[in-house]
Amino acid sequence: MATETARPAARLALSDRKKLTVLGLATLALIALFMVIQGSGMWSYVLPRRGAKILAIVLAGGSIAAATVIFQTITQNRILTPSIIGIDSLYMLVQTAIVFFLGAAHPAVQNPGLNFLLAAGAMILFSVAAHRIFFGVARANIYVLLLLGIVCGTFFQSIASFLSVLIDPNEFLVVQSRMFASFNRVKTELLAVSWAAAGLVALYLARYVKYLDVLALGREHAINLGIEFHKVVRDLLIAVFVLISISTALVGPITFLGLIVANVAYQLLDTYRRLPIIGASILVSFVALVGGQLLVERVFVFSTTLSVIINFAGGVYFLYLLLKERATW
Amino acid sequence: MVEVRQVTKRYGAKTVLDNVSLTIEKGALTSLIGPNGAGKSTLLSIIGRLIPADGGEIYIDGKPLPAYGSNELARKLSFLRQSNHVNLRLTVRELVSFGRFPYSQGRLTAADWEVVDRAIESMELGELQHKYLDQLSGGQRQRAFIAMVVAQDTDYIMLDEPLNNLDMKHSVQIMKLLRRLVEESGKGVVVVMHDINFASHYSDHVVAFREGCILYDGKTDDIIEPSVLQEVFGMEIQIGRVCDRRVCVYFT
Repeated sequence: MATETARPAARLALSDRKKLTVLGLATLALIALFMVIQGSGMWSYVLPRRGAKILAIVLAGGSIAAATVIFQTITQNRILTPSIIGIDSLYMLVQTAIVFFLGAAHPAVQNPGLNFLLAAGAMILFSVAAHRIFFGVARANIYVLLLLGIVCGTFFQSIASFLSVLIDPNEFLVVQSRMFASFNRVKTELLAVSWAAAGLVALYLARYVKYLDVLALGREHAINLGIEFHKVVRDLLIAVFVLISISTALVGPITFLGLIVANVAYQLLDTYRRLPIIGASILVSFVALVGGQLLVERVFVFSTTLSVIINFAGGVYFLYLLLKERATW
Repeated sequence: MVEVRQVTKRYGAKTVLDNVSLTIEKGALTSLIGPNGAGKSTLLSIIGRLIPADGGEIYIDGKPLPAYGSNELARKLSFLRQSNHVNLRLTVRELVSFGRFPYSQGRLTAADWEVVDRAIESMELGELQHKYLDQLSGGQRQRAFIAMVVAQDTDYIMLDEPLNNLDMKHSVQIMKLLRRLVEESGKGVVVVMHDINFASHYSDHVVAFREGCILYDGKTDDIIEPSVLQEVFGMEIQIGRVCDRRVCVYFT
């Protein structure tokens, strides 16, 4: 008995590997479809533009999915998203504030590079500062950090809505267009720097991947099993915040997507192990984003935004989960 | 040898551990007894690095606790708290395999799996090993967690009320296993106990706590005395002999 059952706990079940393969193939098929559909033979025009969208989708979707699973692992809560720390609200505040103070025609609004730097800079600065205060000075536990995040997020949101009431309605349209995530206006020139930054974070995260499963057991077990809990959580959180900041600055707030895809991944795979779950949630987010973008472009002909579709589909899925599992939640 | 030297812990104005010094030997089973809130669990949590002490030092095999790397320490000393809740959907076998993490960092070798198998066997969890934790009764789950600690294979094992939730049969089974770990593998086992009869029957040493201090520390036979227990628990405890064993009767 011992020898024949010795492996299964270590290896991914065959059904899970099949599911991951199917997801991978679905992603590739959707990307291929997205690239060539209604190309009308103008490949030199169509392919680079669509390719840029795909690059943005892969970056944003992958970052959000991975960041959410890691964040939920640390907090041991599968209905939290990293946006609870107030990063999305800060993004909105930055966008509103620069339009309010500088006007919609100012380079800080119109120049994608400058706007990206401002938004990403503010978000990263804020999360590093909050993080420093908590892990450096206060040494408080993570729930206090989350509470601070909620308070800050609400604060940012209130100021943003206060400012947007005062803004000239025409200028507000500019702000409004940034309130929803969109891949229609991907800033091609930002792709390289975003990819480089995300790549660095991924390299940094690679060292910590092996700890994720143990962290999911909870603080006490993790410490017992020899993990420097405080340090590992601190380092993982900062990586999560940077990932969220990059993707939000690139395409807008889509952290709800992370919540959906992480939960789809938990449901889909019959494993507790974090690495395959992260893989699955990244692939699910690719499928959702590329599929959603196809719908936006070809079915709704840009009459709606990807956020609306994602939020609608995600909301329905969550209701379904709640109804199906109400007994076990 | 685990040496606890003058460890103090305060929460605000309340002192939960007051200058506690204690030596825990390898190859012996030490029971910590005392009323609720006497500081037994706090001391274990401090030794297990779950909470920092406000004063004092802890040495393990002559080396101070902070000088150990986390992973090094996880191969030297393990602990288990009284309530163990895990959010993950894990099977018993998967949980026990986590005990090998300090050795394999998640990539278990064949030798690691052998240790896991033996740990599962020792807790009689063979038939349950592919069940999910949420399908188990409280006692079965408790045994699964103890099996994880056994798989961790450390010189020192600290257990906070391991008999919680367990019926008599499994309580005895766990105490016998702990005795075996002490006698055959020379481990140093420390157990927080509420049932003094279990303490009396299975331990080599008993340490009695009261109000953050150690009142008595000695061989089991010296501590399981009516006068001592009365002072520790503040109630009258009679001790009789059944089958040549001391049995405490405290139902007055």
